[in-house]
Amino acid sequence: MGAGLGPAGVLRLALRLLGRDFRAGELRLMALSLVLAVASFTTVAFFADRVRQALSREASQLLGADLVVVSDRPIEALLAEEASRLGLSRTATTRFPSMISGAQESLLTEIKAVGEGYPLRGRLRIAGPDGVPRPMVGAPAPGEAWVDERAFTRLGLRFGGPVNVGDRALKVAARVVDDPDTSIGFLNVMPRLMLNAADLPATGLIQTGSRVIYRLMVSGSREAVDAFRAFAAPRAGPGQRVEDVRDARPEIRSALERAERFLGLASLLSVILAAVAVALAARRYLQRHLDACAVMRCLGASRAQTVWIHALQLAVLGLAAGLAGCGAGFAAQWGLSALLAPVVQVSLPPPSVAPALQGIAAGFVLLLGFALPPLAALGRVPTLRVLRRDLGPPRGTAWLGHAAGLAAVVALILWHTRDLKLAAWVLGGLAMAAVVSAAVALGLVRAAASVGREAGFAWRFGLANLSRRALGSVVQVVALGAGLLALILMSITRADLLDSWQRSLPPEAPNRFLVNIQPDQRQALAEFFAAEGRPAPQLFPMVRGRLAAINDQPVNASSFGDERARRLVDREFNLSWAQRPQLDNVIVAGQWWSRQPPAPLQFSVEQGIADTLGLKLGDRLRYDVAGTPLEGAITSLRKVQWDSFRVNFFVVAPPGTLDDYPVSWVTSFHLPAGEAALMDRLVKRFPNLLVVDVAAVLAQVQTMMDQVIRAVEYVFLFSVAAGLLVLFAAIQSTHDERVREAAILRTLGGDSRQLRQAQAAEFVAVGALSGLLAAVGATALGWVLAERVLNVPYTLDPWVWAVGLVAGGAGVLAAGLLGTRQVVRASPMETLRRA
Amino acid sequence: MSSIITADALTKEVSTGSDRLVILDHVSFAISAGESVAVVGASGSGKTTLLGLLAGLDTPTRGRVMLAGRDLGAMDEDGRARLRREAVGFVFQSFQLLPALTALENVMLPLELGGVAAARETAAALLGRVGLAARLRHYPRQLSGGEQQRVAIARAFAGPPQVLFADEPTGNLDAATGCEIVDLMFELNRDRHTTLVLVTHDEALSRRCARRLRLSAGRLEADERGAPVRLAAVAP
Repeated sequence: MGAGLGPAGVLRLALRLLGRDFRAGELRLMALSLVLAVASFTTVAFFADRVRQALSREASQLLGADLVVVSDRPIEALLAEEASRLGLSRTATTRFPSMISGAQESLLTEIKAVGEGYPLRGRLRIAGPDGVPRPMVGAPAPGEAWVDERAFTRLGLRFGGPVNVGDRALKVAARVVDDPDTSIGFLNVMPRLMLNAADLPATGLIQTGSRVIYRLMVSGSREAVDAFRAFAAPRAGPGQRVEDVRDARPEIRSALERAERFLGLASLLSVILAAVAVALAARRYLQRHLDACAVMRCLGASRAQTVWIHALQLAVLGLAAGLAGCGAGFAAQWGLSALLAPVVQVSLPPPSVAPALQGIAAGFVLLLGFALPPLAALGRVPTLRVLRRDLGPPRGTAWLGHAAGLAAVVALILWHTRDLKLAAWVLGGLAMAAVVSAAVALGLVRAAASVGREAGFAWRFGLANLSRRALGSVVQVVALGAGLLALILMSITRADLLDSWQRSLPPEAPNRFLVNIQPDQRQALAEFFAAEGRPAPQLFPMVRGRLAAINDQPVNASSFGDERARRLVDREFNLSWAQRPQLDNVIVAGQWWSRQPPAPLQFSVEQGIADTLGLKLGDRLRYDVAGTPLEGAITSLRKVQWDSFRVNFFVVAPPGTLDDYPVSWVTSFHLPAGEAALMDRLVKRFPNLLVVDVAAVLAQVQTMMDQVIRAVEYVFLFSVAAGLLVLFAAIQSTHDERVREAAILRTLGGDSRQLRQAQAAEFVAVGALSGLLAAVGATALGWVLAERVLNVPYTLDPWVWAVGLVAGGAGVLAAGLLGTRQVVRASPMETLRRA
Repeated sequence: MSSIITADALTKEVSTGSDRLVILDHVSFAISAGESVAVVGASGSGKTTLLGLLAGLDTPTRGRVMLAGRDLGAMDEDGRARLRREAVGFVFQSFQLLPALTALENVMLPLELGGVAAARETAAALLGRVGLAARLRHYPRQLSGGEQQRVAIARAFAGPPQVLFADEPTGNLDAATGCEIVDLMFELNRDRHTTLVLVTHDEALSRRCARRLRLSAGRLEADERGAPVRLAAVAP
């Protein structure tokens, strides 16, 4: 090499060699695996980026103002006065759920009463009979209502026609097209109606027990808004918070984070499987290049040059595959966005470049972890290999490759979860799943080979091959099984579990809740049911109170780390009283009160909420009920069967102890199918009552879940593709061996059909074993979910096994025959040439 | 005696870019059934290529091969494979056993490919004949080189073949083991009245055959006939 090859020369040589290797097909599988990993990664990343951008771009649009005070009780006039004093524009909204009705039917709707000037920021658009959306600032005129598309269609409303809201009939004046408050939301299920705040008292809907959210919205100069924030924030009591554009819609942000994390972990499965394919491809590349490296060393290339040449090749390959993967991910994210569009409910801006950079970086992490260590070994090939072909790179450095691979996986998991504890759980779970499934797969491979011994030529030959390449077979079976398992779980097992759960509900289980029954309506309600020829349902009292202190220690949301605990403490509890525990309640600790409870006041607390809030027997709880304290000690913990759909309460007190507090009543009952008209008559008679149709709510949640699950399935498709890449990589790594064997078979008189049969037997076995593994996994996980989480009996679904075996067998057969089509054409002369 | 193999003006050329390299050049001869023939010559003389063409493992550029009364040029690869299954056995320098299969299964292989019903029994009997009755369930990696070649010989005679092609059968064995293997091969060949075509560069081994075809630079240089000599008599 004369004076030696400079850096530019090394780069040129690396590029030339890369081109040759790529043309020869040596690097295609590694490149394809990287493309798939980056595509899977960026599909989720691009989508999340678009939603995040939408959230920040529309922050004030979402808020409808520069700053909002949110409260579950009327907001003190002091705040409005201060806003005026600071020269801020202000308006207010009042939101709550209620029934509304058209000519025939009634519908659970979110009512929003708005004042003048709404919205202060963002865009409110309404459409009249002409259907043309026009921007609007202000509230509907008194006596008029604007309804959204869902309410409009479901109630069969018409422009100028009436809609009944509580005691008031309003005229439908417009359809709401865009409303800042509602332009985005996950699980945003209720139809909406807007009315003028001046009409609210006449509806008679705000009564004891109503769940109302009050908002005071302000806008103006930054200084004034900051000053108002400084004034309002310290005055925010329990159940109140101050939001500005920086923390707009925290529930959406947290839902997005959860969705991103979950989809990210789903995509991580395909990234890890693709990494296995990269590692297999790199190993083959190493084996195929040992001779070339020995010759290069023999011709004077230094060890550093050899390593550099291969490192540069990898870098260029990584960059090209990363770019291609980003392109594929960019295309695939449109699919994901389309699937999740009904859930996200926002127009998404185009993605930024950041996810692409992250995707390329992830590709390089894979290369560094899985491809570089084997390729670095090329630098250590002894030059003597030119004379003695049995000399490979020095042994004993394989751990370095494994450690680098593990480090890459850990890095990717940490990156996705951004949470050390969760990352540890995911890694531990993955490691355990890998070990268990590898052990199961090994058992299956051995068993198949032993069964195959007694079978005919094709099966015996195929299965013997499977068993001889046990490690490779196990890797293939586990990788493909993981992809299949994900899909089976998402489709068949999920449907089975839902079905089991629905079947476990008694047919007469209550399916309607009546909320907001005022004390003076109890008698009238009983008469209504009697007149309808139906038994009057049992009513339960309900008093709303905020948890103020535990054992004299004041508590608020910030006292708890757990998100659920924070939410619970932030809201008002429903307290009730009862002489005896309900039939579906079991006392698990302490004792229920006797007929004449001694002072002080006793509470029976549901076990789940006690665990969440860290409550135990003997703890003293103080509630704030409409400004009046209510204090008592926990004397029993109850286990409640919530899916009985009967009315139940977190906290129950003895009878008589809550008599002095404002109370409303609640009930649940079973309404047979086809008797929905009874509910319409009920709402007409008692317009303030809230009717919750359990089936409708479940159906809405189910629809939403289906959309999310389809998105997850979409991401899991990458895992199946990655599983197939592992199969291809494994086939490729045994290509030379297969060619040699095929040549021997041909020499011994095997024809193409017999060769294909032997190959087919092997691939059908790999696929069927993957399917079997997936079915075993899906059944085990299904059983755990059924028995331990949903508490329903698990029924074995033969479809899980049938689909696993058939889809696995057929899929791998097709892919395997495709991957080995060259092998069948092997010339029998190979047997003589390779002597 | 009728010819079981006829080579007629066999020519094999390969292209190396713009050039054409002639590996075999108009080679013609006929081999009678039951004959033992050694193909000898220096490295690169075209021995292995000739063997490949005679056995139908490869196709000539020009010329014709008749094997067991069939014109190989008129058959496709699957047809030639069937003919090999019916009429040909092979012994290779590197044994070419399938590593995933046991000794017994390796010998069963040609029988199974031919759809023979009692493949297991026939294969076991053949392995017994080559002295490996106790090794039926061993994998190739568990056998010595000599034992592997015995399995390969058992497999070659499983057909049973009309013609046995052997390519440097002692090339990977030490002298003593090679001697045993050659004795075994010739013994079976004699017992079963098989035609033997043996490629070797070992002159001593070639003299155990009744006839020697000597190749040089792709041409048939000599067709020598003489009484076969036992290897043991000429071994150093």
